[in-house]
Amino acid sequence: MTNATHGTPAVAERVGTLDAPRSPYVRKKTTRGNYELYSWVFMRASGVVLVVLVFGHLFVNLMVGDGVEAIDFAFVGGKWTNPFWQVWDLLMLWLAMIHGTNGLRTIINDYAERDVTRGVLKGLLYLAFTIVVVLGTLVIFTFEPCPAGADPELLASFCTA
Amino acid sequence: MPTAQGGTLYRGREGMWSWVAHRVTGFAIFFFLLVHVTDTALVRVSPEAYNAVIGTYQTPLMGLGEAGLVAAIVFHAFNGIRIILVDFLAKGPRYQRVMLWIVLGLFVVTMAGFLPRHLMNVFGGQ
Repeated sequence: MTNATHGTPAVAERVGTLDAPRSPYVRKKTTRGNYELYSWVFMRASGVVLVVLVFGHLFVNLMVGDGVEAIDFAFVGGKWTNPFWQVWDLLMLWLAMIHGTNGLRTIINDYAERDVTRGVLKGLLYLAFTIVVVLGTLVIFTFEPCPAGADPELLASFCTA
Repeated sequence: MPTAQGGTLYRGREGMWSWVAHRVTGFAIFFFLLVHVTDTALVRVSPEAYNAVIGTYQTPLMGLGEAGLVAAIVFHAFNGIRIILVDFLAKGPRYQRVMLWIVLGLFVVTMAGFLPRHLMNVFGGQ
């Protein structure tokens, strides 16, 4: 028994905890909770909603009118004075960021084998998540479509009307 | 990297390659999202700052980049619905290959609707 010299009587311990023959199989209780299950459900639920939100976003910003050529400060001003688009974009921001962050978490868990590497990468990921979500949320709600002193040429038409 | 004794767990064909494409597109979309929220945040700086940065989105090079971005999003969206169907339909796994070809068909149709219009907006005479 080489193990005994290291103070780990592994074999003896395992023998001691063997189940009695023909006892029914009992799944081991995990102590980790159902986090991964909720994550799996969230990816599917948020994915369906995001298809609608993102396709709508792309259609209105890239297909209608002159598409990307028409996007400027006045265009954003026109959209975000409407609570409908504020809620749309807020929902899209949060769902997409959680969905994407959870996806990257999975990728990091798959490929970063060293504990330190995995920890650092996930730390950076959650930092980026926090900054972008807080920044985006603040911008949607503190946006001023007609800032005082700005060149009226650059603002939406309702600013000067 | 998922490895198994005596070889690899990667089995190729439609199942594996759609999974790879889903990962790669998701990864790319996530990083664009970080950039996109940040550039939009410039509306809080000044109209000039926002217009200057969004102006770079209207150049031919970025116009092609947007076409690639939309292609990545459209694939990720349709294949994501396929994944949900594979998971939740009783016969989902049996039809996963057929469903991938349907995804690719819908992808082609959607891009055929989007690309001409977008490329005309980007490259069309001003």
